[in-house]
Amino acid sequence: MLELLYAVLVGPVKDMAGAPAFLAEVIIGGLAAGLMYSLVALGFVLIYKASGVFNFAQGVMVLFAALTLVGLMERGAPPALALLATMAVMGALAFAIERVVLRPLVNQEQIILFMATIGLNFFLEGFGELAWGSNVKKLDVGIPDSSFMVWGVQVNRLELTAAITAAVLVAVMAVFFQRTRIGRALRAVADDHEAALSIGIPLNTIWIVVWSAAGLVAIVAGIMWGAKSGVQFSLSLIALKALPVLILGGFTSVPGAIVGGLIIGVGEKLAEVYWGPLVGGAIENWFAYVLALAFLLVRPQGLFGERIIERV
Amino acid sequence: MIYREAGQFKSTYASDQAVFPIRQDRIVVGLALAAAVIAVPLVADEYWLQAVLIPFLIYSLAALGLNLLTGYAGQVSLGTGGFMAVGAYAAFKLTRAFPRLNVLIAFLLAGLVTALVGLVFGLPSLRIKGFYLAVATLAAQFFLLWLFNKVAWFTDYASSGTITAPPRTVASIMVTGPAATAPVRYLTALAFVAVFAMIAKNLVRGRVGRSWMAIRDRDIAAEIIGVRPLRTKLLAFAISSFFCGVAGAEYVFLYLGSAETLAFDINVSFLVLFMVIIGGLGSILGSFLGAAFIVMVPIFLTNVPHLLGLAMPVALQKQIELMVFGGLIILFLIVEPHGLARLWQVSKEKLRLWPFPY
Repeated sequence: MLELLYAVLVGPVKDMAGAPAFLAEVIIGGLAAGLMYSLVALGFVLIYKASGVFNFAQGVMVLFAALTLVGLMERGAPPALALLATMAVMGALAFAIERVVLRPLVNQEQIILFMATIGLNFFLEGFGELAWGSNVKKLDVGIPDSSFMVWGVQVNRLELTAAITAAVLVAVMAVFFQRTRIGRALRAVADDHEAALSIGIPLNTIWIVVWSAAGLVAIVAGIMWGAKSGVQFSLSLIALKALPVLILGGFTSVPGAIVGGLIIGVGEKLAEVYWGPLVGGAIENWFAYVLALAFLLVRPQGLFGERIIERV
Repeated sequence: MIYREAGQFKSTYASDQAVFPIRQDRIVVGLALAAAVIAVPLVADEYWLQAVLIPFLIYSLAALGLNLLTGYAGQVSLGTGGFMAVGAYAAFKLTRAFPRLNVLIAFLLAGLVTALVGLVFGLPSLRIKGFYLAVATLAAQFFLLWLFNKVAWFTDYASSGTITAPPRTVASIMVTGPAATAPVRYLTALAFVAVFAMIAKNLVRGRVGRSWMAIRDRDIAAEIIGVRPLRTKLLAFAISSFFCGVAGAEYVFLYLGSAETLAFDINVSFLVLFMVIIGGLGSILGSFLGAAFIVMVPIFLTNVPHLLGLAMPVALQKQIELMVFGGLIILFLIVEPHGLARLWQVSKEKLRLWPFPY
């Protein structure tokens, strides 16, 4: 019994203290992975904030964006043009989704909308593979997937770029939400659909804007994931990893998505490296969920979520 | 004209509270059940039983379980696949540990084990609601499958990591294992589903079901009028998991024959949730309609190109299948968000007045 306690509580900590450089590398790896989750979670938050739709298809949108970009580049389009075209495609997708899925389902219960996005998930998955083929593609963004040393710790260039991109993206979004006219309208819609409608905010336009914005975030996430591990079907599975990030950070909070992603990423890596061997490894699959679950028991609305006030 | 209850007076409380208050309903249900028991095993061939009817019955049972939890008690769960896996592995361990145990009883015991597991994973529902809960149940899904994968004890240290349905007889008829014939397995699944549907129907129209619905509709109000959330929610999780566990045991023992954890992955959870939503949340009949729909659509989609004489590469067909499946789901949600059960309800109302609608 005492040995078990030692193995669970003391051993890993001793390992950590024994090799601080390795620990730093694990943490940095976790932060990088967490940022990737955050990028996906960001798209979720955008859509949930503005339309109350829990968009399960965000992961597939990431895949779809990456597929489109790679597909265009493979056919000889210059990268800049391909990027613009992908943006246009995601915009068109947002428009189509608003018309075909959201508008007929307006005022339905959340669970119905959620199921509709799962349907969308299947559809986009089939469509993306139909249009661009299902083999793994290499996305080359011109940043080598190599490392350099900072104070004896390896830092990956690609991950660093992803981190900077994510930071810029969040800053831009914060400005967009706080300062621009559309951003203010978005927040109004998020607050109260009906009140927003009654003061003349066009709900349908807002939805298209939001889904397009989520599409843009999906492009960024797709580029980063694609450059790291190739553009392939498993990209859509990261949507599932974004879910614990969301509940940890709160569905409605942009900083929550970032911080939640970082916590999940680091927690997952630490658990896998230091505690994983005790139970046979591969705990990465569920550790994030259990972490989020444990967290929810203390704070049901997530880290930065709006306080849930319930009335009869 | 035929479907009209004029002249059927209810003179006792018992007849007023009957499960099927309209005589025509009783006749139709009785006939359908008789047809399913007698006619189908005689008529249907091996392919129909194995590829369509047995999975339909098993999925119906799982959908029934999830519908009790999600449709009636309002707790969204994405852990159905995990709970089915618990049932399957529990049944496997039980039949291996007690070779003389009646396999049908093993199914029920596996259901009980699953109910206990469901109880544990239902605990967070007391504090977490809505989508947060849905994601929390994903923890059950991933954790349970990981556990069955990692701990060799669950598969009796099989090197392949699969569980196989052992051959077992009930009243000297082979029910499970490779030698069991399709009609026998079909009838076993049918018997389970029929009994459990009856139990579910009676549960939801009694005190338990009403307290579930009260919690679903407005949990705080329900608490104020004296429904205990703790007991009610946990009961919903336990009973739902029981159904899913039995379905999971049947899934391996009566349908697949042998399986690994992959057979219970997250897609199964989504599939069952689809069945419940397309069939109709909060409807017993809907669970069956939804299961029939979801089981039939892929078979339909695979066979249509063949019938039309179109030769398609497998990959292309798979992709189109995905697209059509997704499109159909969206279409169904738009046409009737309350599911097939509501469509049936509406057509029933129309049938009563037909052919004189005024």
